[in-house]
Amino acid sequence: MSDTFQLDGADVTFKPGQTVMQAALAAGHYVPHLCYHPEFKPHGSCKLCTVKINGRTAASCTMPAEAGLQVESNIEELNALRRTLVQMLFAEGNHFCPSCEKSGNCVLQALGYDLEVHTAGFRHLYPDRPVDASHPDILLDFNRCVLCELCVRASSEVDGKNVFALSGRGINKHLIVNSRSGLLVDTDIALTDKAMEVCPVGVILKKRVGFSVPIGARRYDQRPISAQALDDAPRSPDASGSCAVCEGSS
Amino acid sequence: MVSNSGSHEDYLTPILERYGYVATSLLQILREAQEHYGYIHPDALDYLSVKLQVPRARIEGVAGFYSFIYLQPHGEYRVLFSDNITDRMLGSQALMEKMCQQLWLQPGKVSEDGLVSIGATSCTGMCDQGPAMLVNGRAITRLTQQRVQEIGYLIRNRSPLADWPADYFRVDDNVRRKGLLLDNKLAPGDALRAALLLSVRGEPVEPRSPSTSSGRTENIVETIKASGLRGRGGAGFPTGLKWEACRNATGTVKHVVCNADEGEPGTFKDRVLLTSYADLVFEGMTLAALAVGAQHGYLYLRGEYRYLLEPLQAVLQRRRDANLLGRNILGQANFNFDIVIHLGAGAYICGEETALIESLEGKRGVPRNRPPFPVTHGYMQQPTALDNVETFCQAAMAIHMGAENYRAIGTAKSVGSKLISVSGDCPRPGIYEYPFGVTVREILQDCGAVNTRAVQISGPSGICIGENEFGRKLGFEDLPTAGAFMVFDDSRDLFEVACNFVHFFAHESCGFCTPCRVGTSMLKTTMDKIAAGHGTRHDLNEIENLDHVLQTTAHCGLGRSACNPVLHTLKHFRPAYEGRLKSLDFEPGFDLDGALARARQMTGRDDAGAHLKTEEA
Repeated sequence: MSDTFQLDGADVTFKPGQTVMQAALAAGHYVPHLCYHPEFKPHGSCKLCTVKINGRTAASCTMPAEAGLQVESNIEELNALRRTLVQMLFAEGNHFCPSCEKSGNCVLQALGYDLEVHTAGFRHLYPDRPVDASHPDILLDFNRCVLCELCVRASSEVDGKNVFALSGRGINKHLIVNSRSGLLVDTDIALTDKAMEVCPVGVILKKRVGFSVPIGARRYDQRPISAQALDDAPRSPDASGSCAVCEGSS
Repeated sequence: MVSNSGSHEDYLTPILERYGYVATSLLQILREAQEHYGYIHPDALDYLSVKLQVPRARIEGVAGFYSFIYLQPHGEYRVLFSDNITDRMLGSQALMEKMCQQLWLQPGKVSEDGLVSIGATSCTGMCDQGPAMLVNGRAITRLTQQRVQEIGYLIRNRSPLADWPADYFRVDDNVRRKGLLLDNKLAPGDALRAALLLSVRGEPVEPRSPSTSSGRTENIVETIKASGLRGRGGAGFPTGLKWEACRNATGTVKHVVCNADEGEPGTFKDRVLLTSYADLVFEGMTLAALAVGAQHGYLYLRGEYRYLLEPLQAVLQRRRDANLLGRNILGQANFNFDIVIHLGAGAYICGEETALIESLEGKRGVPRNRPPFPVTHGYMQQPTALDNVETFCQAAMAIHMGAENYRAIGTAKSVGSKLISVSGDCPRPGIYEYPFGVTVREILQDCGAVNTRAVQISGPSGICIGENEFGRKLGFEDLPTAGAFMVFDDSRDLFEVACNFVHFFAHESCGFCTPCRVGTSMLKTTMDKIAAGHGTRHDLNEIENLDHVLQTTAHCGLGRSACNPVLHTLKHFRPAYEGRLKSLDFEPGFDLDGALARARQMTGRDDAGAHLKTEEA
């Protein structure tokens, strides 16, 4: 027997241990998200999945589901907040979609389209983030990093390698790699690592395979992320192996 | 510079051994390792990574989180001026400029010869005796032109810090008004003995045979509950309920943690308690341990109070010698508890309880997701009772006085007394203890403040009130406070105050969640734009939008309160903002002349010809 809560007026059943987000996606209800990935333990940093629970805002990816909760998600007030958060992420890094290999497969870009982010909203910060092209097969373009920590988590939890970590604080927080030189070539990363697949934006890229799928025929060119995310959703949080989101990006 | 790893092994091995090669002590190990070169050498990172079996990048990530840990050479002398608004009001900026000139360097840069760096740091908790600075982590107070110049000479002559005049490092208590806590006549152990004698009703009984049986220790929780004691760190959670939840939590290993990471700008009462009432702090912690059944205690001391470490260690040792800590405390079988001191390293966010616990575990100080709460999943995911320094002192007082007597002080919902840290425009800054319910006006009178325009209650994350509200009362019913009370007279520009606080939040954001990481920086940019004379009404609207986003989506209290200083000053002192605004609806943030600053710097020019003419509107 399972319990239910209300999401935008619809009944959502959940299993014990599921968060609001996990239960919602499994039941076919989309809640916008970026740092949440069905195969990893949620940590709730991007805040795009913010919903109202019994009138109070909370990150749905980390909030344990409970019977009888009144959850609001697809309302203008929350979508307006999400638009601002997407604008913040765009303003924080250096994102040039037209020249980005990830365009069309990028979660940030797809969220921007789906949430109808039409303006920049903020003065861009234009941080100085040099690329790391040291590795023969992999390019790291830190300009696009949204600090979701998925590569950190994948490398540590799945690959058992800890290739990535975060350093700095506040607006100076940044992704680093595990080598004395600070260069990717001196780490033990491999093309087959899970960490190679999980980047939602265009930071971790395989060299020499760029634009093999033409722009216009890519994942989110065909269906908006709100539809795609539901296809990916009903997987158990600890499943290993293939991931539709990641495959779509390679 | 030495770079073969053998030499690093020499000084790192004793440190590692002292901490048992345990990764949870990483921050402590980094702090001590740094004392060798003034920064963490790359070889030292490699060595620590191997010995602690922690990935190098993760150690780098921890080091990179804390302001006082350096991964690059930062000078033999590292000078940090305290940058609270109260320091600025006492002239800290001019002093810093002067010192930079004297030593030929720019703020934030290391001198060419690697001798010295000068920078700013968040409030160091010396607001009643500022301007203040830290040199290699040691607090120096009461800076004057002369003192700063002397320090400049001492640095240039490479004089060791130990040889500097002791008066530089003098830190006064400045206790101005005493109440039940500061006037207590308790001897070490008195409150503990009282606790062991509590009857079922929660009142002291005739001494018979004290016992730590569960029925008795339950009475401590009941007494604290009955006393109505609430946390003094700001949030005001009922202490008895917290201890009860921790006591009832499953798990045999439990912890008591004292939050002495007093980082809220303008607050320094914990510093005084730790200086002159340390026994009472530890007594309160030991009581909590008895109440919840904890064996391990930690005092998380902010890095700025590093100079208190040895005196506090001495108090701990004295208490161990008196059988007030250690095994079978006061002869009670199975009452085993001891306390270790953990030093912070310059991160305001670690005052947030779950960030503090992460930091205690040797990690980046990022607030955790809640639930679960520390009472069930705290330090090492074990039940943990975490309270503020003052709360532990008040708990000891409540136990000693009895619930009824304690409840008689203060107001219905705010029981007992509160220590207030008074600083800013007044002739008698310092520590004032009042029963809850005291009015702002009364405190202003006591500290001798005149022509007061505004008071910032409870620091930047608290609220700013104007003259028409000075009749309001401190307490959870009206003006909750963690203790800061910064006074601004009618010569002060409240916009500058707000601007200083906004910079503080941007600097101290941990960067975990999007709204706080980016939002605090955007807020800073907007305030700077207004300060530079380019602000418009549009910018004020933007601030209100940012506030809404931060309040509804930020991960913790830092982000949720980051806009408070602006919103409160806007509400009361709107002219301070509007006087700076252009009359336009919108003005781009881009400043054409400002963009040439780099070119001016590189060419060494700053004459009129190197500036673009500003068009007069």
